[in-house]
Amino acid sequence: MDAPSTASPTQNADEAIEATGLTKRFGDRLALREVGFAATAGELLAVIGPNGAGKTTLLSLLAGIRTPDAGTIHLPRGEVGFVPQQAALYRRLTVAENLRLFARLEEVDDVEASVERMLVQTDLADRRDDQAGTLSGGNQQRINIAIGLLSDPAVLLLDEPSTGLDPRQRSRLWEFVLGLAGRGTTVIFSTHNIAEAERYAERILVLADGQGLFDGSIEAFHAAAPTAAGEAAAGDFESAFVRFLAEHGH
Amino acid sequence: MRWLLLKDLQIMRRSPLVTGLLVAYPIVIAVLIGFALSRGPEPPRVAFLNEVPPDTPLEVGGESLDLAGAKSELCDRIECVPVSSEEEARQKVESGDVLGALILPADLVDKLQSLAGLTPESPTVKVLVNEEDPVKAGLVDDRINSLLAEANLRISQEVSNVSTSYLQILLNGGDFSFLGQGIQVLGLKRSEQILRGIRGQLPADSPDLDELDSVIRFSHLAAENLGAAGDLLSSVSQPIKIDKEVVSGDTPSLDTFAIAVAATITLMFVTVLLVAGSLALEREENAFARLTRGLVSKSALLGEKVLLGVVVAVVVTLLMLAGLGLFVDLDWGRFALWIPAIVAGGAGFAAFGAAIGGAAKEVRAASLLAFMISLPVAFLSLIPSGTVAPGLFDVISVITALFPFDPALRALTGALDAAGPAIGIAILHLTILAVAYGILARFAVRRFV
Repeated sequence: MDAPSTASPTQNADEAIEATGLTKRFGDRLALREVGFAATAGELLAVIGPNGAGKTTLLSLLAGIRTPDAGTIHLPRGEVGFVPQQAALYRRLTVAENLRLFARLEEVDDVEASVERMLVQTDLADRRDDQAGTLSGGNQQRINIAIGLLSDPAVLLLDEPSTGLDPRQRSRLWEFVLGLAGRGTTVIFSTHNIAEAERYAERILVLADGQGLFDGSIEAFHAAAPTAAGEAAAGDFESAFVRFLAEHGH
Repeated sequence: MRWLLLKDLQIMRRSPLVTGLLVAYPIVIAVLIGFALSRGPEPPRVAFLNEVPPDTPLEVGGESLDLAGAKSELCDRIECVPVSSEEEARQKVESGDVLGALILPADLVDKLQSLAGLTPESPTVKVLVNEEDPVKAGLVDDRINSLLAEANLRISQEVSNVSTSYLQILLNGGDFSFLGQGIQVLGLKRSEQILRGIRGQLPADSPDLDELDSVIRFSHLAAENLGAAGDLLSSVSQPIKIDKEVVSGDTPSLDTFAIAVAATITLMFVTVLLVAGSLALEREENAFARLTRGLVSKSALLGEKVLLGVVVAVVVTLLMLAGLGLFVDLDWGRFALWIPAIVAGGAGFAAFGAAIGGAAKEVRAASLLAFMISLPVAFLSLIPSGTVAPGLFDVISVITALFPFDPALRALTGALDAAGPAIGIAILHLTILAVAYGILARFAVRRFV
């Protein structure tokens, strides 16, 4: 890994999450091998890599859905909110009922105030009484994210958040996510969409075969990736990503 | 947990088809079973052709038999459809209008009367059955054979009585009518007395004494043996008598058992399908991972599903029993026992449903699996002992003991009727099964994420 992944990053005052040496095994298969990183408040971190790289496994460990076989996760500023790839909500319940249910389960202090806040943030107040199943995929994803934000987490984990959305829905989604980061929420998202990572992330964490290969800024990645003949160092990001993986034997 | 329960009830309310089925299913079952129990079985329709000339008297051994009464009795037990010819009877059987046809030939009475005469002929009745449907054919065969067996028994008893009266005449003497002429029969006992009187009058050295003694010995032996022949004839007319003894206490009425079966089947389908589907839905809605990452433990989520199943089971089963109560008498005084039986049955079925939902992971697959397992187990549980080989019945008993249907049926039967099985053992059985299936479900949902 070009940037340290196994060593514990130096902790600073703004740090919202720190993961060290995370390892996960499924039977004989090593899904994640000693991956580590840290992210600060308001930072947008993209986890990218080919299929089977371990992106979803990493997020599920950070979310507490699975338990790591080795490694630690430190959350100095509070809990994490998790938004799964597929909208995890009840399609027969209304938008408000979904938010109210999860707010009660999260044991938030003021359930109704949290529901109202999320309805405003998602811009779905006028559809509060519509059943979630009747909403578009983009709007369902916004409720999905809103549910993840109900507990006002310091870190929000998004697993492939734009999958299945059309360009307009994707644009509105990222506008919403950027707004969250602007308000100080650390956002860690996994994606297959390299261009999306380049466009919205401040940092990227590259995984392949469960191993952390790179942790740093887009500019640092361009510098680290081998350049093709006749191409500038800051050329096409997707091509650079492919060459980077090839250089590391993936 | 209460918020999850409320959520599931809200989802049920928003699913009118599922909720409608949950409400309609027990009502339909209750109405169908109620009608069946209150109306009783319909007699089979059988075409009846009587070719015996009208007003033909039937006498066997001087005793008149009531032919009209016999026909009336027959038609009380089957629905007699009168026909005018064998051809018409055949057409009705072939078309399915009647299940079968019974034809009494013109010479039936003559042959019946001949049974008590010196030249008996076997009377024959003709039965037409449509063999296209083996079940239908079997039903008619059984019913007509049963009726004919009763008729044969009655006639053989009459013939036996007549034969016994003939024997009494031979033994004791009396009047006998033959070809319209009265004949006086001396009888063996009187003959012996007369012969003994004659012997006393003969001189001691008479050459006829030896032959006369032989005839007296024959008369004596014949009288003794014919005296026992009456009992023999009586036993031949009904060789096997039934001596019924109940050795295992009272049994619940057939009505109660039928109600318990209907209630258990409803309880099974509603609870297993609801819980299996509801648990699988948590995964299909992708909510399982979100819920169990700290909001609710997997065990608590399973507990909520079992509670949902029990709540719905109690409501639906009581609704069904109330519906059945309109048709049959239920012992409402035992209501306090109904509740623990339904709760235990609901818990057993709910835990079983949770295990199925956890194993299947998808709502459709869970529903299919629930049907595929529940129905055969229910049928196996209804097989009574003695109807299959003992070894096979032992295997069936072991299999059915592993599923909640059999103990739930015993619990409900015991709760509905004091003569039913012990409710405590059945509830203990259901509790053990609920815990076992709960553990299986807990293992199964590990594969949900």
